[in-house]
Amino acid sequence: MTTLQTHPAVVRDVEGLPSREGDRVIQFREALREAMEEEMRADERVFLIGEEVAEYNGAYKVSQGMLDEFGPKRIIDSPISENGFAGLGIGAAMYGLRPIIEFMSWSFSLVAADQILNNAPKMLYMSGGQWGCPIVFRGNDGAGGQLGSTHSWCVEALFSNVPGLKMAIPSNPYDAKGLLKTSIRDDDPVFFLESERMLGDKAHVPEEEYTIPFGRAALLREGDDCTLLSFGRPVHFCLEACDALEAEGVHCDLLDMRTIRPLDIDSIIESLQKTNRVVVVDQSWPFGSVASEVVTQICERAFDHLDSQPVRVNSDDVPTPYAKSLEQEYLPHTGKITAAVKKTLGLS
Amino acid sequence: MTTTATAKNMSSTRPSDSLSNETLIGWLHQMMLIREFEVRTMQAYSNAHIGGFCHVYTGQEACAVGTIQSVNHDDPVITAYRDHGHALARGMDPRFCMAEMYGKITGCAKGKGGSMHMFDKPNWLFGGHGIVGAQTPVGAGLAFAARYEWEVLGTGAKKVCLCYLGDGALNQGAFHEAQNLAGLLDIPVIYIVENNGYSMGTSIGRGTTMPHDLCLKAKGYGIDNLLIEDGMDILKIYDLFKPFADNCREMQRPGFVDLHTYRYHGHSMSDPQKYRSKDEVKGVQERDSIDLLKAHLIEDRQCLTEDEVKAKQKEIRKQVRASVTFAEESAEPTPEAELYSDVYLNPEKNLSPLKDYHDGAPNALLDAQD
Repeated sequence: MTTLQTHPAVVRDVEGLPSREGDRVIQFREALREAMEEEMRADERVFLIGEEVAEYNGAYKVSQGMLDEFGPKRIIDSPISENGFAGLGIGAAMYGLRPIIEFMSWSFSLVAADQILNNAPKMLYMSGGQWGCPIVFRGNDGAGGQLGSTHSWCVEALFSNVPGLKMAIPSNPYDAKGLLKTSIRDDDPVFFLESERMLGDKAHVPEEEYTIPFGRAALLREGDDCTLLSFGRPVHFCLEACDALEAEGVHCDLLDMRTIRPLDIDSIIESLQKTNRVVVVDQSWPFGSVASEVVTQICERAFDHLDSQPVRVNSDDVPTPYAKSLEQEYLPHTGKITAAVKKTLGLS
Repeated sequence: MTTTATAKNMSSTRPSDSLSNETLIGWLHQMMLIREFEVRTMQAYSNAHIGGFCHVYTGQEACAVGTIQSVNHDDPVITAYRDHGHALARGMDPRFCMAEMYGKITGCAKGKGGSMHMFDKPNWLFGGHGIVGAQTPVGAGLAFAARYEWEVLGTGAKKVCLCYLGDGALNQGAFHEAQNLAGLLDIPVIYIVENNGYSMGTSIGRGTTMPHDLCLKAKGYGIDNLLIEDGMDILKIYDLFKPFADNCREMQRPGFVDLHTYRYHGHSMSDPQKYRSKDEVKGVQERDSIDLLKAHLIEDRQCLTEDEVKAKQKEIRKQVRASVTFAEESAEPTPEAELYSDVYLNPEKNLSPLKDYHDGAPNALLDAQD
């Protein structure tokens, strides 16, 4: 095992997955690339379109080298025209191809909202089961670092509200690869949320073929005091919080949900039955957030197991600020998480 | 290079000359079917058997029939919400079309789509789309995929996609993005603007720039374009459109068609039409597309008689009445079986906090195909 590894150790995961221990250490962006390359080699119907994906080798170097291998008919540079190329992908998916649509940032997907929300997830229903839409929309989500409020969108709360789509939000390279391969193979539209802040993260990613099923959380830390759950980049804030809390003698179960639609509510409840306390960490704004949804489901399905009110930690309820000091405070950071866990334990 | 063709530069031999009498009688049948179907649609809507938004195609019949009959059956077609005519012209059984509007399980979308969402997989009709202009990038995608199938997968022939829009959709950003992509990436999609002069209640000059020459909008994207000034004469549509579509297919390039037509009724069933005079409507109806084709077949080709037309009308009336009866007698989709089906093709557990999704009843239209 190498010190370069930034991925979390895992206490419990889906059975049969290859080991996370090893020295084949690659970046998050490379894990994404491997997933796309492998699926493109296996299935000629898969293609990638987006801004700067081909000749520029990827605005964030995720698709570096892919043009050389697959050529311009399958790695396609698009103009800055999200509504156009998102819709193009939807038509291609209906026809029978397997498009991967790269948004440089999910912030830019808002101009394609009609296509990705009105067309992709509803096509199967509107056509009475005649046409589905096997498409992956992927790109950076959340605050990238002083990008200001229009470029720092967390779309998970907004978009996961829509039935007909699936949503995967990996927190580390290993999961990113396994989940993206599952996404490309899935017959339904998948919204795949990455983070600019994690693309350089490194971890061992095994050589052998593996996929990670949707709707299955990974248990990253084990403890009896409180259930902590999150997805995507805030999982790292939770790990820091776990370290800080452990120093004070507080031990949490930490669940990395990996997909929020489907949501592994069963694992949440299983953990809750042991800890009787829960904190949900979500980088969306609080009003109508994923955390709101998870807390509601917990109250609906496991109320009797709660010894303390469920607590959510979100980003602050303001547009994302530019100033470093403000942006750091805005995020669902470690300090907010430790305070929330202590609150459920009556320690604050 | 862009060219604007008009009726003026047609040669003396017309492409439609080579069409057989049987073919043209078939087209007349389709146009009469659409006309009669919409009569019953309006009736059913007035009697509250059909709900929601409903836009009838009456007056524009030659557009759908003339263009769809110029391409192959496996060329993808996609349209907006005034879609009953395209569905019937593509070959959808009128029973499934009517049942869809009645919200019945036998409808083409199992009663989940309604008037604006006619989909027909066996007939390569990819909808029926409700948001103005939203079908235009999707149409580019269908054509992109057809080209990909031919060029990358090597499993298909050269195709073109027909993507219909109204003149109101000219002003949607989606359409401009779609045209730019089509021009840039050599996508064989033909945008057919069924220019009936009104976007809802707004006449074209009040809604778009350069209304006198809509082809200018395609020229800006390097897209070949075609003006068809007489959308009432199906032979003229075919004469101009057929070679145009053939060229788009051969060159694997996009196209844009400004097809002048007219709708006899309001934008939707709830439109009182205060923006135009009754005389205007009446004036257009004097050159009705069905009358023109009838006259051609009876007088010029002498392959049809008035009596045969009457018999045909009777047959069509019977067929459409049967589609209404079929719709009336069909079952409604049950919430137990259909509310939570057709949402996901791969309905895993825990996708919704309320219920697990499941597979629904088979689509009657796909069943009919087997």
